[in-house]
Amino acid sequence: MSLLSITGLRKTFGPNVVLDAFDLDVAAGECVVLIGASGSGKSTLLRCVNLLETVDDGVITLAGQDITDPRVNPDQVRARMGMVFQAYNLFPHLSVLDNIMLAPVRVHGRPRAEAKAAALAILERVGLADKTRVRPDELSGGQQQRVAIARALVNSPELMLLDEVTSALDPELVGEVLDLLVSLKSDGMTMVLATHEMAFAKEVADRVCFLHGGQIHEEGPPATLLSAPTKERTRAFLSRFVGL
Amino acid sequence: MTNSASHDVPPGAHPSAGRARPWSPSALELDRRAYRRSRTVRSAAIASISTIVVVGVLGVVVTTSSGWPRVQETFFDWDKAVASFPAVLNGLWLNIRVLLVCSVLITALGLTIAVMRTLRGPVFFPLRLFGAAFTDLFRGLPLLLVLLLLGFGVPALALDGVPQEAVFWGCAALVLSYSAYVAEVFRAGIESVHPSQRAAARSLGLTHTQSLRFVIVPQAIRRVLPPLLNDFVSLQKDSGLIAVLGVVDAIRAAQIETARDFNFTPYVVAGVLFVCLTIPMARFTDWVARKQGFQGGGLV
Repeated sequence: MSLLSITGLRKTFGPNVVLDAFDLDVAAGECVVLIGASGSGKSTLLRCVNLLETVDDGVITLAGQDITDPRVNPDQVRARMGMVFQAYNLFPHLSVLDNIMLAPVRVHGRPRAEAKAAALAILERVGLADKTRVRPDELSGGQQQRVAIARALVNSPELMLLDEVTSALDPELVGEVLDLLVSLKSDGMTMVLATHEMAFAKEVADRVCFLHGGQIHEEGPPATLLSAPTKERTRAFLSRFVGL
Repeated sequence: MTNSASHDVPPGAHPSAGRARPWSPSALELDRRAYRRSRTVRSAAIASISTIVVVGVLGVVVTTSSGWPRVQETFFDWDKAVASFPAVLNGLWLNIRVLLVCSVLITALGLTIAVMRTLRGPVFFPLRLFGAAFTDLFRGLPLLLVLLLLGFGVPALALDGVPQEAVFWGCAALVLSYSAYVAEVFRAGIESVHPSQRAAARSLGLTHTQSLRFVIVPQAIRRVLPPLLNDFVSLQKDSGLIAVLGVVDAIRAAQIETARDFNFTPYVVAGVLFVCLTIPMARFTDWVARKQGFQGGGLV
């Protein structure tokens, strides 16, 4: 059974139909990369899965539980996933360590000492063990994004949602974030990623989905989809990325 | 399965091509909507019932307590209220005029002081010093003290060409005190505009004054409007303090009415009128704050 299953999802903003009868299944341990033009619904899809948006129709199930059911407590659902945003969204008034410890202590009720140990371990993993006491604004973009990923990871999420996590970074800093995601993937983390980094999609994705017209227009393994797309619209979109 | 209907979309079609597909909510979605509606109705019902119960119990407790007839007689005497209303309302008209005139002057003076304090360069040192001294002095002095000093002190000097009216000096005291507060609000706003805006303005060749006038201050005002309006709500009430100078405003009028028979109902009448005056301003402040705070989108 798939970990995340989206069936017939519809999401509109006023007259603008962003997602329309959208279907997607993500197996445990799978890495699905969403590509598509701006406004094709990549971010909206991730926000719907994280219950940051109310869907207009359709069902999203996480490990068999219908999370679009209004009887479900959205906070409990969100606590089971990790989400990373394009603009990092770190809390500027908290140190790196406190950013990471906030949810373990306040949401998951873990003792401070235990949460601190977990946070330090995760900071070690993202290579920022020496930055525990600094404030986010003293870090580079790449470092901030790695803290944001650590903040999501520390809660041992069943699923990671990553929304254009490298879009605000310069090319030199993109590498450090991508390396981290590649290592996450090799650990078996289930990930759904929206990105414009085709090279990254090629490297890490099990499956690439091209979103267009509110649906998955074309999908396939990265080697096939990125180098030999069958549909005209997919070809037109990918032709703008050189070096594929 | 994933792209069943998209075959209908012509290749290269605009992303909005999906708009054309007909859609009606599924049974599940209708069920979810019904559930959300029922929750909303339930919450509203709980809120209404608890409000009615609390207000009802309080009302019964207060009106059945032993001292209530005396309280009602002294503070809520309807005949006395009707009798004193014209005099108090007449006094309130003075408060409103004071408020309108002072608001304009306070805004102008406050903004001037704020801009003075943000000027750069050694040439402007005296202006910066004056701005700082002004705000330090008038934020520190109790408003009542300024009112007494100006309202009784200055006319007593009987200087030539200096107005003697208490209203004039009352307004002067209000303007001086409030300008100091408002200047600090404006200054906070000016300093909260990101330095990149100043850099962008100066890079276009605008002078310091021009960038303040066309770029910085407009953004600053937009940002500080809620706290600024809050100060003006406060000014509406404090305009009543000029009563200490013997000017017949709403409070003084109520005092005169009360002094006749020691029935405090006129004070209540004046209080109600002041509240009625500040409520529209307070709601307007809320509305402005909400309009600005709205970031759009999302549930959380």
